[in-house]
Amino acid sequence: MIAVLRRDLVLAIRAGGGFGLGLAFFLILVVLVPFGVGPESLTLSVIAPGILWVGALLACLLSLDRIFALDYEDGSLDLLATAPIPLEGVVAMKAVAHWLTTGLPLTLAAPVLGVLLNLQGAGFFWVVLTLLLGTPALSMIGAFGAALTVGLKRGGLLLSLLVLPLYVPTLIFGAEAVRRGAAGLATATPVLMLAGITLAVCALLPFAAAAALRINLR
Amino acid sequence: MSIWEYANPKKFMQTSGVVLPWLAGLTAVALVVGLVWGFFLTPDDYKQGSTVKIIYLHVPAAMMAISAWFMMLVASLIWLIRRHHVSALSARAAAPVGMTFTLIALVTGALWGQPMWGTWWAWDPRLTSFLILFLFYLGYIALWEAIDNPDAAADLTSVLCMVGSVFAVLSRYAVNFWNQGLHQGASLSLDKEENVADVFYIPLLVCIAGFVLLFVTLVLLRTRTEIRARRMKALIARERMA
Repeated sequence: MIAVLRRDLVLAIRAGGGFGLGLAFFLILVVLVPFGVGPESLTLSVIAPGILWVGALLACLLSLDRIFALDYEDGSLDLLATAPIPLEGVVAMKAVAHWLTTGLPLTLAAPVLGVLLNLQGAGFFWVVLTLLLGTPALSMIGAFGAALTVGLKRGGLLLSLLVLPLYVPTLIFGAEAVRRGAAGLATATPVLMLAGITLAVCALLPFAAAAALRINLR
Repeated sequence: MSIWEYANPKKFMQTSGVVLPWLAGLTAVALVVGLVWGFFLTPDDYKQGSTVKIIYLHVPAAMMAISAWFMMLVASLIWLIRRHHVSALSARAAAPVGMTFTLIALVTGALWGQPMWGTWWAWDPRLTSFLILFLFYLGYIALWEAIDNPDAAADLTSVLCMVGSVFAVLSRYAVNFWNQGLHQGASLSLDKEENVADVFYIPLLVCIAGFVLLFVTLVLLRTRTEIRARRMKALIARERMA
């Protein structure tokens, strides 16, 4: 399973493209927001947590279809499915690789982009913390969505339609924690709920995703 | 005699063909009685005026919107466990009906909210979770449409339905936490002292019965259509083979 992870990471880095694309999209989105809502720094600092979270979520969505699509096309997914390791483990490792190449860079970039949106003091800490807690859930849910749509032509749009409603709880608790943290309120409940969602998703969804993959490979 | 006999499409078609006209008639009677009674024969509320009467559409539609998803979940489980095609097709048949009920609940709620709350839409937990439920229906139907192989489509949508149910419940509690409610509490419950006054209550019950019957009728009808469509496809495939 470590080998699967290493292979995916090497492929993502050497193939280029997908790796930096999410970050570039995140940057552009954050730059576009002030054009849309006006440059008042007060407004921007109010909406900054939400924009950063929604931006990270959309940037994450961008690279989801690559999780399985390439392997499905060249047949290596069939080999992985028949390999003597559980398909659930392969799915989990794919999600981890996706997180390392998308979620983690987004998390690290978020505070820098927070400067552009006039994010306030404690907000920086909470943005990084909640994204660190929440983006693994985004990758795992995304891997499930990608597993459902892997065999389809033009599955990309359908993938976002399926995955975005599933992102709702993660987004709510993540953005709420940042909002409360930036305002100096108690954040324990949303942060714990966010961590709970991530853990539960990572524990359970590999099974659902592997089941979907088996159906698609039948 | 067991319920599993109806897993046989032939038996299902026979029985549902006999039952369907009666069900349709009963639905029409219940809906006409309930709605006419509710709209014309009940007094106006002292605060809400005649707008209160939208309850006869709003509450049953909202109840059936959730029940339809639950029925799809049960049907999906039966398909995954026992591989009865009728079950998978009935889940497929129920989805657009459930989606329409969700839409009716949202639209009637907006129509009522405009004069009463002064706004068509508020990000209230109940409203928001219904909108999310609508999106779940949309994704479920889109996935059915997108996959060509009927068995794979049934399998994948069943998996989506199960995962989606968990996330739908989770979203319900998340939005509860996220925003305070503007929507009033439940109008009906079995264990509470306070319910809607009897003048409104009884026609409302008739309307709910009407909506349940309507749902069952539509799902049976649509399942029959799906079975016929499946048979037609099989016949065409056989022609081509010969």
